[in-house]
Amino acid sequence: MAWFQKRQYTVIKNVSKPTLVRIGTEGALWESCPNCKELALIETLIKNLRVCPHCSYHMRLSADERIQMLTDPGSFSPMFMDIRPTNPLGFPGYGEKLSSEMAAKEAIQTGRASMDGLPVALGVMEFGFMGGSMGTVVGERVSRLFDHASREKLPVLLVTSSGGARMQEGIFSLMQMAKTAAAVAEYRQSCTRPFVCLLCDPTTGGTTASFAMLGDILIGESGALIGFAGPRVIEQTIRQKLPAGFQRSEFLLEHGFLDLVLPRKDIRPTLTKIFQWV
Amino acid sequence: MPFYYDFEHPIESLEEDVEKLNARNAQGEDVREKLEKLRARLDEKKRDVYSNLTAWQKVQMARHPMRPTVLQILPHVIDDFLELHGDRGFRDDPAVMTGMGRLGGRTLLMAIQVRGKTTQENIRRNFGMPHPEGYRKSLRIFQTAERLACPILTLVDTPGAYPGLAAEERGQAEAIARNLLEMSRLNVPIVTVILSEGGSGGALGLAVADRVYMLENAVYSVISPEGCAAILWKDAARAAEAASALKLTADELLKLGVIDGIVPEPMGGAHRDVITCGKEIRRTLETAFEDLSREPALELGKRRRMRFRTFGG
Repeated sequence: MAWFQKRQYTVIKNVSKPTLVRIGTEGALWESCPNCKELALIETLIKNLRVCPHCSYHMRLSADERIQMLTDPGSFSPMFMDIRPTNPLGFPGYGEKLSSEMAAKEAIQTGRASMDGLPVALGVMEFGFMGGSMGTVVGERVSRLFDHASREKLPVLLVTSSGGARMQEGIFSLMQMAKTAAAVAEYRQSCTRPFVCLLCDPTTGGTTASFAMLGDILIGESGALIGFAGPRVIEQTIRQKLPAGFQRSEFLLEHGFLDLVLPRKDIRPTLTKIFQWV
Repeated sequence: MPFYYDFEHPIESLEEDVEKLNARNAQGEDVREKLEKLRARLDEKKRDVYSNLTAWQKVQMARHPMRPTVLQILPHVIDDFLELHGDRGFRDDPAVMTGMGRLGGRTLLMAIQVRGKTTQENIRRNFGMPHPEGYRKSLRIFQTAERLACPILTLVDTPGAYPGLAAEERGQAEAIARNLLEMSRLNVPIVTVILSEGGSGGALGLAVADRVYMLENAVYSVISPEGCAAILWKDAARAAEAASALKLTADELLKLGVIDGIVPEPMGGAHRDVITCGKEIRRTLETAFEDLSREPALELGKRRRMRFRTFGG
């Protein structure tokens, strides 16, 4: 056996939604890992923070699961949730999407929470709602969160998971990139607390190219896809297959664009440490 | 070789007729009366076609093969230019040109996206699609501008930031994000003119400005109509429909309050009279910089942030 081993990227294949499998008489529920297709008992998965016990693939979490995982139980109090989406361009078919049940929470939940007793301004994106895309609601909630945090001298934690700008809101969604960047600039000037960004699978497009890359400390979750252009667009442009591990957290760390890459279980203790220190 | 789109066909045939009459006139034949009539009809037809362009036709105009590049227009906009190269980190990106320019009595620091005219030049300029070093070079120039207390002019002309392997490796997203942040902090006036295509984050990375203007036939959008149609309806052929839904023309964006003004183009597009087009841009810039020079310099960054904070909120 070699003494030193080259660091291996988490190789993630074409990922689809995990499928539930019912086996056994007592209704034991199994879920198959979207990456390695191995079955895992749901109880095990929950204990393991939805990380596959076989291939350590980090399954995507909903915003609610994320909040549960990161904050003290019951400490999250939502804010700015009265900002509701509109259809500013009258984009065909978009109005119906907004009338669905999930539209109230939109692609981000923002508010205050505590982590091991430390108060923090928290925003968690929801990939499940229109691909976590950033429209005016996401832009406005993020910006107000920064305003609130700078008034209250709170650190900011944003958990991103987004396909980019929401094209149904056209130019307004593009302007949210400038808006959130301006909010970060304002926060940096008026407050000495850190803005930490936790980039989760996937964070691409306009979200990466604005507030997600502007954190004082950038943490990538293991194996998360992080980039500007999506892999399919790049493959079409260069007409080549992309190398394994391209645009994954580990790749960005190696190229100097992230401070840390952490497995899911280490995220909360690390964040607590940061918020205690600065 | 002139180029006409399908919707320009009536104009093409009339222009051919005028050419023929002109030739006969030159040979000494007296066809002046006919020529006058034909010219009047041509003008009327042009007004008819060009003042009623659909969103998709505007996209086509913005991508017109004969549309002048920045290098052709610039000499008619500013008095003098000194190019300054390099991002001081990796490379000089040919898709973005930076430097100092003179306009009236002012020295401007400029960042300009450049497409090529010929295929060869386009390959060198990467079709106006910057790599991260292009944005970093611009940022360096912006910081120089603040240090020297000079206003900034950016000219946007890009289908988008380059979506390639090397661009991702060098942090395209980070480069754009940093520009958005830093541009919203600068305490010198910034004016942006979108010349033809303003493609998404690749355009915005140079367009966080106090005043944003568009040429009449320019478009500015979060995604290309083709990309939008392909994602939403799995059919890139429905781009025309997407173009009108995205509201990406100068008229629409002015109505939405996202831009501050429209720079008129010569009838039929900028390529028909580059000099007039350049002069119109110059006139717009002169007023814009004059206005901005009267605003308190220390408030500029704050005001700019307020401007972008109000969009869609």
